[in-house]
Amino acid sequence: MDSKKYKPQMGIFWWTDRWSSIKFILRELTSVAVAVYSIIFLFYVSSILQGKKTFEEFSESLKSPAFIALHCFILLCLVFHSITWFNLAPQAMVIKLGEKKVPGIVVALMNYAGWFFISLAILWLVTNLLGT
Amino acid sequence: MSQEKITLEVFRFRPEQEDNPVFQSYEVPLRKDWVVLDALNYIKDYLDGTLSYRWSCRMGVCGSCGMMVNGTPVLTCATFLQKFAPGPIRVEPLSNFPVVRDLVIEMTDFMEKLKKVKPWIIRKDNQEGPEGEFIQTPSQLADYKQYSMCINCMLCYSACPVYGLEPGFTGPAAIALAQRYNMDNRDEGQEQRMELLSTDDGIWQCTFVGECSEVCPKNVDPAGAIQRYKVAGATDWWKSFLMPWAKP
Repeated sequence: MDSKKYKPQMGIFWWTDRWSSIKFILRELTSVAVAVYSIIFLFYVSSILQGKKTFEEFSESLKSPAFIALHCFILLCLVFHSITWFNLAPQAMVIKLGEKKVPGIVVALMNYAGWFFISLAILWLVTNLLGT
Repeated sequence: MSQEKITLEVFRFRPEQEDNPVFQSYEVPLRKDWVVLDALNYIKDYLDGTLSYRWSCRMGVCGSCGMMVNGTPVLTCATFLQKFAPGPIRVEPLSNFPVVRDLVIEMTDFMEKLKKVKPWIIRKDNQEGPEGEFIQTPSQLADYKQYSMCINCMLCYSACPVYGLEPGFTGPAAIALAQRYNMDNRDEGQEQRMELLSTDDGIWQCTFVGECSEVCPKNVDPAGAIQRYKVAGATDWWKSFLMPWAKP
């Protein structure tokens, strides 16, 4: 017997009902910030290929308040993305040492440590390349 | 002595009577020891015998009484009325499923998906096992025990926006149960399950919202199971890409 059924539909703003969903959507939206940064970075690299003058002009424009504000916003987005992501890492990475499972907090801390040291390495590379 | 009361706004859908659901309010005694399921039973016994809903064990084991209470999927046998005082409490059928009647949902889709992931021990030699028992250490048992606690209550499907938007998605509980068998050292069916779960409707549909794990009454952590599956799937792919000669 096939009786009539009610089929609920999800609205486009389904994610506004719960804070956890809002947080998820915000985390996903931070990818847009990453994309924007990547585009700016590609333009920066391309300006090097176009010669010293273009590179210097582009570097100068990056010092404008609008670009600085944009970069600060992108940094905030990335920090939010990284923290929420690293906090989820123990769910995806279950590490065993012999018979014992490594506690989730240790897995998360390993990710944070990796983040810190890689950032430090990049900072060292950039400052050394720029000769400061 | 007057008994304190609380209002339940209950989702009603009677296909022979209405095209769209309506909410009906009932006043029930607000007793400290009553759960939402007790209130529904009170309505059924004393106020309105036409109300339909599923329940069975009343002790958080059978997984039948899952419903949305104030927008959150819960087992109504484990959710106290007192928590929502002074009310009202809105009771609806589990989200993301077609509704057959009132609080009763259609679960065929879940049952079919569950069967597809082959949630049983698969042996390559088709043998039940060795003569005598399989030896399994406490650590090997601990690897999958968490995932074996699933009671198929479907709260995770109800909490999962991906399942709501993409009904083809295999879904949290079915993937967690597939993982339960993958992690079992007696099982040899990982490849068969991976074949199914690495398709478009499998693990890669999951965007790690994480709500499935939040609402799970048995702490199964289906979101974690899916992410671990993704890691295993990606590792397999890289292995086959870098070492195509090696057997999986």
